[in-house]
Amino acid sequence: MAETRTIKVEALARVEGEGSLHVKIRDGQIKELHFGIFEPPRFFEAFLRGRDFREVPDITARICGICPIAYLMGASQAMEDALGITVTRPIRDLRRLIYCGEWIESHALHVYMLHAPDFLGLSDALELAAVNRPLVENALRLKKVGNEILETIGGRAIHPIGLKVGGFYKLPTRKALRALEDELKWALETSVATARLVGGFDFPDIQQDYNFMALRHPDEYAIHEGRLVTSAGLDIPVSKFLDHVDEEHVPWSNALHGVAKDGSAHHVGPLARYNLNYDKLSATALAAARDGKLGPVVRNPFQSIVVRAVELVQVCEDALKLVRDYEVPDRAYVETPVRAGEGHGCTEAPRGICYHRYRVDKEGTVQDARIVPPTAQNQKVIELDLSKVVAANLNESDDTIKWKAEQAIRNYDPCISCATHFLKLEMDRG
Amino acid sequence: MTERKRPKLAVWKFSSCDGCQLTMLDCEDELLALTEEVRISYFLEATRKIEKGPYDISLVEGSITTPHDVKAIREVRKQSRALITIGACATAGGIQALRNFKNVKDFIRCVYAHPEYIDTLTTSTAVSDHVPVDFELRGCPISKHQLLEVMNAFLNGRKPNVPKHSECIECKANGIVCRMVAAGTPCLGPVTQAGCGSLCPGKDRGCFGCFGPMETPNTAALAARLGELGQSQRDLQRLFRSFNANAEAFRKESETHG
Repeated sequence: MAETRTIKVEALARVEGEGSLHVKIRDGQIKELHFGIFEPPRFFEAFLRGRDFREVPDITARICGICPIAYLMGASQAMEDALGITVTRPIRDLRRLIYCGEWIESHALHVYMLHAPDFLGLSDALELAAVNRPLVENALRLKKVGNEILETIGGRAIHPIGLKVGGFYKLPTRKALRALEDELKWALETSVATARLVGGFDFPDIQQDYNFMALRHPDEYAIHEGRLVTSAGLDIPVSKFLDHVDEEHVPWSNALHGVAKDGSAHHVGPLARYNLNYDKLSATALAAARDGKLGPVVRNPFQSIVVRAVELVQVCEDALKLVRDYEVPDRAYVETPVRAGEGHGCTEAPRGICYHRYRVDKEGTVQDARIVPPTAQNQKVIELDLSKVVAANLNESDDTIKWKAEQAIRNYDPCISCATHFLKLEMDRG
Repeated sequence: MTERKRPKLAVWKFSSCDGCQLTMLDCEDELLALTEEVRISYFLEATRKIEKGPYDISLVEGSITTPHDVKAIREVRKQSRALITIGACATAGGIQALRNFKNVKDFIRCVYAHPEYIDTLTTSTAVSDHVPVDFELRGCPISKHQLLEVMNAFLNGRKPNVPKHSECIECKANGIVCRMVAAGTPCLGPVTQAGCGSLCPGKDRGCFGCFGPMETPNTAALAARLGELGQSQRDLQRLFRSFNANAEAFRKESETHG
């Protein structure tokens, strides 16, 4: 007799935004699996038309409260590309420093508050605090170090106000940045301990054959500059992104699915960066990876938590160096001439590459905007992971499947407000 | 030993960027102490544990943009003793209220290949346009100090100390040189509610109105002065049409320019 089963997760927790999962099972086989994003559309690309190019970074920051720097910077770079200007070395370094702050804040939040409870069988970080309060206090302190970098350079942690097309409104003093040094030293040590801790978790044995995509830079672990590379061998400038990536609109999601032109899925985020840029990690980060039991290739999505910890080590160390080397530059920004043009920008948001393209007219008014956030690109690989995880647990109860599926989704630190929103699990077993 | 009965807190999300609820998790030094005073009963961004209502305090982030939102916010109101909106989206409709000035069908076609899959209202509106609200906390995003003050006030049955005067007063109190007077920088400070801590003027830029209109703002006088400083009609419309575009005073002023 045919046995059918439907499982629904109505509202996914511990992710940023609102999403759902619908699974239909017939005769022990998955018939349908949709990872849906029901965050209501906000139409950024539409209302950016007619705005002044200088307003775009602050407006697009409002796409995401957790990774505003990804938007402020991607938009600024795209406009600079359109105007044909390049920022000075000290400005690009200060941009990298504030971006390190965003990575520290976002990764600390995800590793400890959103992701770790899954591996410990707990509902949230407060339950974790009940069994190990010092651990959660350390997590919050680590997160705060990231936020302090954002505040010192950008004015505030969420939607910083100090950045603009061409650079910064006002430069921080040397003293203000040096004041971060001691906490960053502590953060670096804590990140090393974090990699060891999360590397000891139990991981489901899943290996996926992903096509990774990330930025790659010749001299550093790429965050805010570089060329786009994939594990399939693609190596292109950022401006060619849309030649290779398309967006599909599917009925079950308000977020467009980012896919390769041939319809295949690519994977962006910490795992992609780690696999493609392993040789650019610092010696300290490589040691942390070994402590976390990672080799040079990681294809288990559940180990993304360890990769995030390794990246925490990398950015704490980078930030420490940038803070120590900082000298107040002559100028806070490069002048922005107003002219018509088209420009592209792409940076590594904590959860993966975030692409921007704008066309502006000769008065500096935006004619066209296109933004491809990381979670939109990961939707398809998330569905592929879910198929595997659900298939491996078909004999379990709906509740168990729900929790496992949620964990598989949280591996991506999905930012659903960015992708537009997230988890309803809807499981149809008939 | 029985557990001390703590007031139940729920945090809800509508159309938004998550930044205002993240502000709660950004209270790194206070978060654990706060959770000793309140019981987090519904807060999807932080926990998968869900407790049924009613709730003593509901914090609501985000604006109302879909038919489902309209029903959901009424249910939240029914389940909440105190309903506090947090941020520009919940309090004024947010940046996504820019659709209110345009044809939303064109917007959908601009972004989505299959408009028929999209279910949205033609407007993005504040929570108070749909249900009674006990307190509106301003900001894009809100200030964590003000969030803690409002929580503290509600837990202790007193009125929150959140001033409604202009950003100018805050600049004076902070000893910040006026950007508009000294450098001719366009600034919405004279008509914007204080609360951010003079962030933009402190970084040598004009205020762009994150905290929305102050009580009784004279927007027309400011617009006239900004015109003298070289702002075009289109610039003025853009200035009043950002994160609080649908707040009445800013909306009306924006409609007289452009």
